[in-house]
Amino acid sequence: MIQTHPTKLALPALLLAALVGCSTSPTMDGPGAPVTSVDDTSTGSYSAVEYFGANTDIAREGGVPEGDEFEEEGYYNDAGGATTDDLNAALNIRTIYFDYDSSEIRGDFRNAVIAHGMALASNPNLSITVEGHCDERGSREYNIALGERRANTLRRLLLAQGAMENQIVTISYGEERPAVLGSNEQAWARNRRAELIY
Amino acid sequence: MKKLLLILLAGLWSSQAIAILTIRITTEAGIEGLPVAVVPFAWEVPGRSPDQDVAAVVGADLERSGRFKPLPVEDMLARPSRGSEVDYADWRAINAENLVIGRIEPYGDSEYQVTFELFDIGKQERITGYQFQTKRRDLRATAHHIADIVYEKLTGQRGAFSTRIAYITSVNEGASNHRVTLTVADADGYGPQTIIDSAEPLMSPAWAPDGRRIAYVSFEKKRPSIWVQEIFTGRRKQIASFKGINGAPAWSPDGLKLALTLSKEGNPDIYVLDLERGSLRPLTRHYAIDTEPAWSPDGRYVIFTSDRGGGPQIYRVPVDGGKEERLTFEGSYNARASYSPDGGMITMVTRQEGAYRIGVLELASGQMRVLTDGSLDESPSFAPNGSMIIYATKIAGKGELAAVSTDGRVKQRLALQEGDVREPVWSPYTRKKAQRN
Repeated sequence: MIQTHPTKLALPALLLAALVGCSTSPTMDGPGAPVTSVDDTSTGSYSAVEYFGANTDIAREGGVPEGDEFEEEGYYNDAGGATTDDLNAALNIRTIYFDYDSSEIRGDFRNAVIAHGMALASNPNLSITVEGHCDERGSREYNIALGERRANTLRRLLLAQGAMENQIVTISYGEERPAVLGSNEQAWARNRRAELIY
Repeated sequence: MKKLLLILLAGLWSSQAIAILTIRITTEAGIEGLPVAVVPFAWEVPGRSPDQDVAAVVGADLERSGRFKPLPVEDMLARPSRGSEVDYADWRAINAENLVIGRIEPYGDSEYQVTFELFDIGKQERITGYQFQTKRRDLRATAHHIADIVYEKLTGQRGAFSTRIAYITSVNEGASNHRVTLTVADADGYGPQTIIDSAEPLMSPAWAPDGRRIAYVSFEKKRPSIWVQEIFTGRRKQIASFKGINGAPAWSPDGLKLALTLSKEGNPDIYVLDLERGSLRPLTRHYAIDTEPAWSPDGRYVIFTSDRGGGPQIYRVPVDGGKEERLTFEGSYNARASYSPDGGMITMVTRQEGAYRIGVLELASGQMRVLTDGSLDESPSFAPNGSMIIYATKIAGKGELAAVSTDGRVKQRLALQEGDVREPVWSPYTRKKAQRN
């Protein structure tokens, strides 16, 4: 299948504006409108901010794992929703780390991925490349497959937020593009990742 | 079905100097090779100094096999170059079991005639003798050829010294000045030749059975595609560039097909590509990861890595259809398998207590042996005579190549002066047998 990809915009500010300034439903014109997994749309309209806030509440109840970058001071506003700063922080997270031999999105990164998915849904001109990476252990082609599985997990969550197929390109580099060199647990943890590139 | 892209391009040749592999041999203590005397060949070319120490190359080859121990030249009591000059007592005195002598003479304007003879000291008899005419620049190749003959006469097994290895090197990994190179060199690391270099990853080199072409994966288009390149002309063509993974090319023994990994249908499966017809057919269909195909020497089976049972294990599928069968049961991680040349064994990466090592599985008995003791060993590849397995290892954080004899006794390390080296693959035999004189 041949896909066309929208123009790339590498502007976090624009991203943020698209997301935070969005007071209307992220419904698209014409065919190919995004299908979101959000079922709490009974009011007929929701903003990304509201949805994001609701989602983090759920995450908070469920207990977000330690090292959560969202637990910074000022993450939640008094109304229980996310602040602009929170969203900014979420969208600035472009590297999602994985546990060993796992392609599951860790709890501490789930909201960041959701924020990116909503940004894509709100701005159909944006496109994103999701790169899957592995640590150096094990065989190289098998790691290519594991890296693809990681990228696809992210892709599914982005799509679930309303991003469209043609906004997302996935590629696996396996262990071929380590973020850091070194054969130790620390280096491996930094290399087991997916990178979101606008 | 999508049409395959067949694009002919000139190869990308690099003029930059290439780092040379240096080889260190370690044999397990208490195990010694057979003492053999390789006498420096007489240089009988007037007005020209020796291009190559042929005897030294022969001796190094024999030593690298782990089955021979060349005796020091300074211990030799005589330096014969013709059979008539050999006195067996000279060689019994230094406990040589075998003797190799030879000479190099002019042949025409630009060629040499190389003569060598092999003797059994105990039996006091000449085992064999050959004569070669060779171009000056091919003198080193002739030396490997002599080592092949000596090895075969004395062990009964065909020598693999005239073969080559392909491997990937990378320099400044992780930095902006990132260079990845696919290189081919003689089996002793000599004469490296760049096949292709790139700022993007290169992976999974695979020799065609003719030894003249290499398939590999390149990310030069910012996504993976599979290429086949002629190593002598540099001509190459792209043979797979589907959506998703294009990886792990493996030649069928007849050289007419490639097994490869594609994820165009959503997850990685093994496909067989007919190189002449350009037709593509799926060999596995499973929602799990199926990758790293390798053919059995008779061409009837393909083995591959799959995590359909949870972790990665090796499976086998008949090429013409049939039931997939699991081959490995020991350990929680077995991957990247390939067959020994006689089809009796497979070698693979196996995890043991968190360490990744090279193992061999004897197919008839189901017995698994671990041959190496590194923690990040990978990419094992059999020599075409089945005597050694070359693989990639990490030593002090640096990627190096190593080789181990199939019985685990002899180990060698092949270190690159600069950068990392990985993914070694041993070539098939490339030379025909010599004419006996």
